Amino acid sequence: MNRLSRDQMAARVARDIPEGAYVNLGIGLPTRVANYLPHEREIFLHSENGLLGMGPAPAPADVDPELINAGKEPVTLLPGGCFFHHGDSFAMMRGGHLDICVLGAFQVSSKGDLANWHTGAADAIPAVGGAMDLAIGAKQVFVMMEYLTKNGECKIVEHCTYPLTGIRCVDRIYTDLAVVDITPDGPIVREMVAGLDFDALQTMTPVRLRMLEEVV
Amino acid sequence: MIDKTRASAAEAVADIHDGATVMIGGFGTAGQPAELIDALIEQGARELTIVNNNAGNGETGLAALLAARRVRKIVCSFPRQSDSQVFDALYRAGDIELELVPQGNLALRIQSAGAGFGAVFTPTGFGTLLAEGKETREIDGRQYVLEYPIRADFALIKAHRADRWGNLVYRKTARNFGPIMATAARCTIAQVSEIVALGELDPEAVVTPGIFVKRVVALPQNGALQ
Repeated sequence: MNRLSRDQMAARVARDIPEGAYVNLGIGLPTRVANYLPHEREIFLHSENGLLGMGPAPAPADVDPELINAGKEPVTLLPGGCFFHHGDSFAMMRGGHLDICVLGAFQVSSKGDLANWHTGAADAIPAVGGAMDLAIGAKQVFVMMEYLTKNGECKIVEHCTYPLTGIRCVDRIYTDLAVVDITPDGPIVREMVAGLDFDALQTMTPVRLRMLEEVV
Repeated sequence: MIDKTRASAAEAVADIHDGATVMIGGFGTAGQPAELIDALIEQGARELTIVNNNAGNGETGLAALLAARRVRKIVCSFPRQSDSQVFDALYRAGDIELELVPQGNLALRIQSAGAGFGAVFTPTGFGTLLAEGKETREIDGRQYVLEYPIRADFALIKAHRADRWGNLVYRKTARNFGPIMATAARCTIAQVSEIVALGELDPEAVVTPGIFVKRVVALPQNGALQ
């Protein structure tokens, strides 16, 4: 089966981020989206640890341990960027000031519930960070994940079995097989990879999907 | 003459008592007041409750305080990291209590303490494990969870420059929790790279006004980052 690579998924998400957007990219896979944002578009990247206008990784000689991103990796500040404390940083999330956040996920339900912070395993050490604030705060919540788990189970589900991060908060899911909007009427497939047909996608998905054309 | 300057990190942390709640600034190691933590380890206070975003990185700073078995409980948002081995071992052995708080709620609860609120309704965490058993309310069609302030006896923070009245400016993303923790502790202690004369800090650029700070100590190495 034809699948997008993780870099192709990142490039696909980047296409949908418009000029002027204030955007938070979650730790892990979503961070790669930054590599594909076109330079001619001015987009403000927010990092939960207190910066707006985040730039790419510095040259090794320019690493500053006091200039890092949410993943604690060294970054740079673009001209016009600024620093602020954690109270302001999370007001930007919770207060609905961020236009888009992109998060990874274990599961998303057909109603847009998100599970991405904890496997719930008895021996797992839980860590939540800013995931719950981003999930409920950004104007649009994009999820970026593989469509299926390594065991072939669909990550779009009727009800999440992993502990929730937020309720009815996901707007769109970008995967290696399809882009799916979560709407009040359920999941709607916006696009699929070349060579995949709708029936095949529906067969691997435990919730009812509709194609965008069917809806309009 | 008011002079909040202390001669050493040891002097600055000398009265932190057993059982104290201590906020420690920093996001990972950025903004972590490493020398104040070392002085606290040396000082020996035990049974501490620590409030920090994380639960220590590597073997130094907060991780060393944990390794010295001085911490009864940690309140944080993101304990599990690639280099959180000290916390991980204590947690798995049942030797430390963890209160896990979504990061924005951690900030909000610290700010609430500093600003004198009794409690705050927040949308973050509603319907999740981290809101179980907590009071909720629907306001204007949206669901909220009631979260209570986190106050501290002491806050140990790191800033860039200070004056003898305790006004502070920070450096880059080392600012993170410093300004809000400064408001929420009975006694805030800041380690800085440099203490300058009154009037030398641009009053338009002061981030933490001195009213929130009790003690400042200049440490030229200041985490060895400057």
